[in-house]
Amino acid sequence: MILIAAGTKDITSKLANQVKQAYANGAVLNIRGSATKSFLANSDHDKNTAELITTREHQGIVNYEPGELVLTARSGTRLNDIQKILASKNQMLAFEPPAYGEQATLGGTIACALSGPRRPYTGSARDYVLGVHMINGRGEVMGFGGQVMKNVAGYDVSRLMTGAMGTLGLLLDISLKVLPAPETEKTLVQDLSPTDARKCMIKLARQYLPISAMSYTDRFLNIRLSGTQATVAASAEKIDGEFIHKHETFWHDIREQQHPFFKSDKALWRLSIPAASDWVDIETKLDGDCLIDWGGALVWLTSNETPEKVFAYAKTLGGHARLFRQGNSRSDSRIQPFSPGLLSWHKKIKHAFDPKGILNPGLMHKDV
Amino acid sequence: MTPAQSEFIKALQTLLPVNFLLTDEESLRPYECDGLSAYKQLPLVVALPGNQEEIISIIKLCQKFKIPVTTRGAGTGLSGGALPLENGLLLNLARLNKILDINPDDRTARVQPGVRNLAISEAVSGHGLYYAPDPSSQIACSIGGNVAENAGGVHSLKYGLTVHNILKLEIITAEGELLTIGSQALDSPGYDLLALMTGSEGLLGIITEITVKLLPKPELTQVLLVVFDDVINAGKAVSEIISAGIIPAGLELMDTLAIKAAEDFIHAGYPVDATAILLCEIDGNIPEVGDHTKKIHELCLQCGATEVRIAADEKEQKKLWAGRKAAFPAVGRLAPDYYCMDGTIPRRCLPEVLKRISEMAEEYDLPVANVFHAGDGNLHPLILYDANVTGQLEKTEQFGGRILELCVEVGGAITGEHGVGIEKIDQMCVQFQSLELSQFHAIKDACDEQGLLNPGKAVPTLHRCAELGAMHVHDGKLPHPELERF
Repeated sequence: MILIAAGTKDITSKLANQVKQAYANGAVLNIRGSATKSFLANSDHDKNTAELITTREHQGIVNYEPGELVLTARSGTRLNDIQKILASKNQMLAFEPPAYGEQATLGGTIACALSGPRRPYTGSARDYVLGVHMINGRGEVMGFGGQVMKNVAGYDVSRLMTGAMGTLGLLLDISLKVLPAPETEKTLVQDLSPTDARKCMIKLARQYLPISAMSYTDRFLNIRLSGTQATVAASAEKIDGEFIHKHETFWHDIREQQHPFFKSDKALWRLSIPAASDWVDIETKLDGDCLIDWGGALVWLTSNETPEKVFAYAKTLGGHARLFRQGNSRSDSRIQPFSPGLLSWHKKIKHAFDPKGILNPGLMHKDV
Repeated sequence: MTPAQSEFIKALQTLLPVNFLLTDEESLRPYECDGLSAYKQLPLVVALPGNQEEIISIIKLCQKFKIPVTTRGAGTGLSGGALPLENGLLLNLARLNKILDINPDDRTARVQPGVRNLAISEAVSGHGLYYAPDPSSQIACSIGGNVAENAGGVHSLKYGLTVHNILKLEIITAEGELLTIGSQALDSPGYDLLALMTGSEGLLGIITEITVKLLPKPELTQVLLVVFDDVINAGKAVSEIISAGIIPAGLELMDTLAIKAAEDFIHAGYPVDATAILLCEIDGNIPEVGDHTKKIHELCLQCGATEVRIAADEKEQKKLWAGRKAAFPAVGRLAPDYYCMDGTIPRRCLPEVLKRISEMAEEYDLPVANVFHAGDGNLHPLILYDANVTGQLEKTEQFGGRILELCVEVGGAITGEHGVGIEKIDQMCVQFQSLELSQFHAIKDACDEQGLLNPGKAVPTLHRCAELGAMHVHDGKLPHPELERF
């Protein structure tokens, strides 16, 4: 069965013409879906002088075949609409993308490559991208990857576009692998010290268990199990803790940053670190509060520490930091500084896609 | 050998001990091809460096003398990606074969590129962990080659390809700089260069260290063999299983000729009169495997399966798999040579594609056995031929090319896991338009300005596509019409 949503609109040629014009004039473009994630942009990216190019109207689910586990949608399609149609077939986007707003679009979701609590167990946004159509910085419309699970023809441009924040091209449509939604989900909670919580998460991750999220905050370790009724029941017996009610709300609030932890005037940092890192003393080292997600591989930190100090700390753990929401602090760089070699590669790759540097320049990194 | 080439080799001799530098024809011979033996070429020289520093020195020397470099792991690749270049250096990374670090708490291992795929799982088995991608050559193939080709395997439907199972790479760039891509964490700032490098077939950098992700071993595995007298029903069963919310660890389909060949060879107990068999592996925890086995059994019967066998124990599971795992050599016994294709298709197109392949088989008068990673639509038609019969290889290649073009026509791809290499370079002109190919070349130029890393592989020149296009005019439409023709 092939499902195609009604009310679709294809404005590829309009978008391509706008990029072509800008390329001819050397005008800088600011690509926007619904701007639900614009807070991630670098502060010195000057939106005021840039010409807006919006994908909002480029809408519609182009193709959805539940039996093939593939969905293709235009970049302006609302994430909500995609999730609704998937849910109607008991399927889901397994990277559990945060939306940060009702109007969030698929294009912005993939351009920012954000993944929710399920990420360590089922994979990230880029893991599910199978193909894209896009417009590069010359206004050329191109397609990479496709709608099949396995495709190694040519360089993996589809995944390179994922997380590039529109600096390499404007996404027109994206084909995603989707997964069956679990039959049931339950969450267990345990009251543990940070040291014990860390040990517990490491121990559980080394066993074959249907865990789909592990998060720790305020002395509570929350463990979500997903699968068939029998699987979840049998696994729950092996793990200490009590079932919590309304656990969907809890995970929604973690994912969408609506949990009380995120209500802070301080800057919000995201530290992506190796799963078994010792984050136990982070609140004293970086003078702030933290919420642990991804079974220990992701730390949300509210703190007014200097960016240099946070970047240095993340580096010592073998990971990297990102100034996710600026609060009152300002930083030249919102992401962990690149090594000179990596910076050079970023510039060269940017140039290969966008030779005049007109697509979201400086938005991801001040020099790219 | 030109004077410049002799000078280059003289300079190389100062970098490596004499036994790790091969120049005489007899020593070069084992390196003339990879797993695709239809293409053979002796390199100018083979170098076997023992560490990153030596590789850096070699690459800098190649830059100076403008000598192209082809990197080789275990040489098991099936698309000619490691085919040497006549005037080039073959960089053999077999000596970089150490597992550097195993971190069971992070569930990662840091390994050198020459480590065999299976050796990783063996080394971490004591921790209850394993490395998931399992190409059929896993006993011999190297992890560096797996990354270069983005290798898959029978379990990729559930556990993904190489790109989904690695965290970090150390690479040496075309300029001889060491670059770390990715990190020990689950993601990295900036562009996803890890994805760009994976499957780039040695054209963008030389992979010298890999950090792989490890998974806990499942509690239980079960294998079902399902027999069909109609391939359409088998395809339907695959869709029904997936639509029911089950992602099997493996889902393999074999057609009559493949079943017969495997049974004659390995005596796995396959029904030789079946039109198609489906091998289904389910893994997970004990109740999950039980639930799914029951459900799959029911669904297959509803889809018209004539028999469903559930392996009674591990021994029987191994026996059922043995036929599939031996399918290639088994088919190989039916003819002096066989040619293995690697297209992917949307699964719903399977009956149509199989029908058209069998029509083409009659047209070319060459038998074809089909083995299919049914879950993810990756088809491996094996064309049987005899290279000693004049013209048969050419005929086989033409037939293979048409199968790949058929895959593109139904919305699939020319390669699912073997890579483009030299073998499918012409089909790249069918898969992509000039704009995309130009974009690939722009990426290549960005990473390798002088074009010294494995030139001529993976991405065809526009000129090549134009010449080829002139030979394949479809419906009067000339492919790549914007190009000049000569």
